[in-house]
Amino acid sequence: MSTVFIALQANEETRPIIEAIEIDNPNAVVNRQPAMVKIDAPNRLVIRKETIEEQIGRSFDLQELHINLITLGGNVSEDDDSLTLSWAE
Amino acid sequence: MDMKVAKKKLGLKEKYRLMTRDLGWEPSYRTKDEVFPYVKYEGIKVHDWDKWEDPFRLTMDAYWKYQAEKERKFYAIIDAHAQNNGHLNITDGRYLSALKVFLQAISPGEYAAHKGFSRVGREFPGVGTQVACQMQAIDEIRHAQTQIHALSNYNKYYNGFHAFADARDRMWYNTVARSFFDDAMSAGPFEFMIAIGFSFEYVLTNLLFVPFMSGAAYNGDMATVTFGFSAQSDEARHMTLGLECIKFMLEQDPDNLPIVQGWLDKWFWRGFRVLGLVSTMMDYMLPKRVMSWREAWEIYGVENGGALFKDLARYGIRPPKGWDDAEKSIDHMSHQFMLGLYQWSFGTSLHSWIPSDEDMDWLSAKYPTTFDKYYRPRWDHIRKLAAEGKQFKNFGLAKLCQTCQLPVVFTEPDDPTMSCHRETSYKGEKYHFCSDGCQHVFENEPEKYVQAWLPMPALFREFEGDVGAWMDWVSLRDGQDNGDYVGSIDQRNFEQWRGLATSNT
Amino acid sequence: MTVAAIKEYVGVARDRVETFNGKQLVYASWDHHLLFAAPFLLYAAPQMSFRELVGGPLAALVQPDPDGAAIDWTQVEWLKSNQPWTPDFDRSLADNGIGHKDQIRFRTPGLTSLAAA
Repeated sequence: MSTVFIALQANEETRPIIEAIEIDNPNAVVNRQPAMVKIDAPNRLVIRKETIEEQIGRSFDLQELHINLITLGGNVSEDDDSLTLSWAE
Repeated sequence: MDMKVAKKKLGLKEKYRLMTRDLGWEPSYRTKDEVFPYVKYEGIKVHDWDKWEDPFRLTMDAYWKYQAEKERKFYAIIDAHAQNNGHLNITDGRYLSALKVFLQAISPGEYAAHKGFSRVGREFPGVGTQVACQMQAIDEIRHAQTQIHALSNYNKYYNGFHAFADARDRMWYNTVARSFFDDAMSAGPFEFMIAIGFSFEYVLTNLLFVPFMSGAAYNGDMATVTFGFSAQSDEARHMTLGLECIKFMLEQDPDNLPIVQGWLDKWFWRGFRVLGLVSTMMDYMLPKRVMSWREAWEIYGVENGGALFKDLARYGIRPPKGWDDAEKSIDHMSHQFMLGLYQWSFGTSLHSWIPSDEDMDWLSAKYPTTFDKYYRPRWDHIRKLAAEGKQFKNFGLAKLCQTCQLPVVFTEPDDPTMSCHRETSYKGEKYHFCSDGCQHVFENEPEKYVQAWLPMPALFREFEGDVGAWMDWVSLRDGQDNGDYVGSIDQRNFEQWRGLATSNT
Repeated sequence: MTVAAIKEYVGVARDRVETFNGKQLVYASWDHHLLFAAPFLLYAAPQMSFRELVGGPLAALVQPDPDGAAIDWTQVEWLKSNQPWTPDFDRSLADNGIGHKDQIRFRTPGLTSLAAA
């Protein structure tokens, strides 16, 4: 098992995104640090556009993530509906 | 143009294809080798550049939009910082030393990376690669500019920020970072990508930015948090580019593996050395510490680096050669650097200090097997000398490593009481190193490293050892920028102004 | 190995002895005495006697160590390029075979004030 992670700035824009990630990834562990939130998950983490839109109540372009993204670990795969981080099993 | 307006918004993949791949063309009156003369001599074989894929599929239009948004957020906070005496909100004036290291050594590195990515963006034939490198080149110059701009707010009030360009070129501890980037920029485009895009960005940059920016947040430095996170928001893309690049090289041809592994060994060690001073920033320079260097290494080195190399094992990649030696040095390096900075503080454009009892207890809790055993006795003695009015100054200057240019402050990997002595001869000249890692780098390309401009020998060669003349030349103002923090002008000003800001007298 | 390059690549060594104004560099360090963060960089004329080098700059530099005043220079064990070696104090650096950028080390068994606790 390897840990993938994503770190986002801690602010009003990312709060619903983090909630969406928690909904879609029950295995994820959310670490709240000064000014940032780091989310770890075993091998794989999925961020879904639809879940974020449900949380914020408006349409959301996944590329908006870039504004508040701090860092990540894992191979990235992105399409219109989701962004996935993974390590080869 | 009579292009029809698309009824439906383009999907990400289609948009990326149209706005990236479709921008390329086949040269007609010159050969590809003439147009791209530098992609073959390193020995990397590429059969299909179209296999290069940006996983984020970011196109230039979206890039401008999001970067503009980042800039607006950044400048809103920088303005607020300047308007609200943000420089007085930091936990303690000692924190400024961490910012001075950053401005003198790291920000010029951003500019160097900008030049490097501009160049490789031109030298690579693949359009996807060209666009990704162009974005990164623009990112890097933005980072240099925003960092300099943010820190100019401190330059209005404190010493040591005023001459970072001279310091970058001439100051002994900054030639470490400068030579690192010069080494990468004078390599071919593929090696540059492994050096900066992969080893530096993917394997090591988290160790610099994430704990340091969190540390800035802990220490009330809104300006640095802001430029740090604004820059870091680009880093995720840079890391992804670096990882994509190494996978691309490995997938294109099996002959690429030994070349890539050799670069990985070299650039992991070069990067580990150049970021070494971050350990001291985290363990000593942050008045309120967020985590120890050891703890950061566990997260971003052991856990994340471990996962990365496990993933790359499917291509035949093994962890870099210096990995075990790096691990052995983690509990020593911050102490070794800070002891060096303190005894040579007459020659630094930043202040250092003797750790307090509370600091030393924290260090001993974070480094239970090393601090009390090896380093506390030295600090206790240095403190005794200071109490007797004899501040410890080591005028012996230092032997520098021919490869990384750091003073040889390091010990044997398996004997922390013994200085690491490594030397070799090449064409009748003697060369010294700080470690096996740096000696290997030299021996693989001696013709490159014999040319190194080492600042300590230069002090004798060019100034006959006249420290005053050397200070003028590096724009170091004796008695203002250098020496112990205790008793410094920075300390006096910070405490006086903070007093004015928090009382009515 | 050679540097990968598009044409012949030859480097010119920067710190050659002839660029040091008739003098040379010598590195010196005291084993197990790491109060001094790195080996010392000394600048001396090759005609200087070993006694002058030791009694002058080296003896002065080691004073901040609590063992500094207790060194008996006649009993010190020496190494040059990491090999045991016996200097002749009255002869010059050149006659002692101390070339430009050579590293000399010395050991003082029994002097351990700041050694590992």
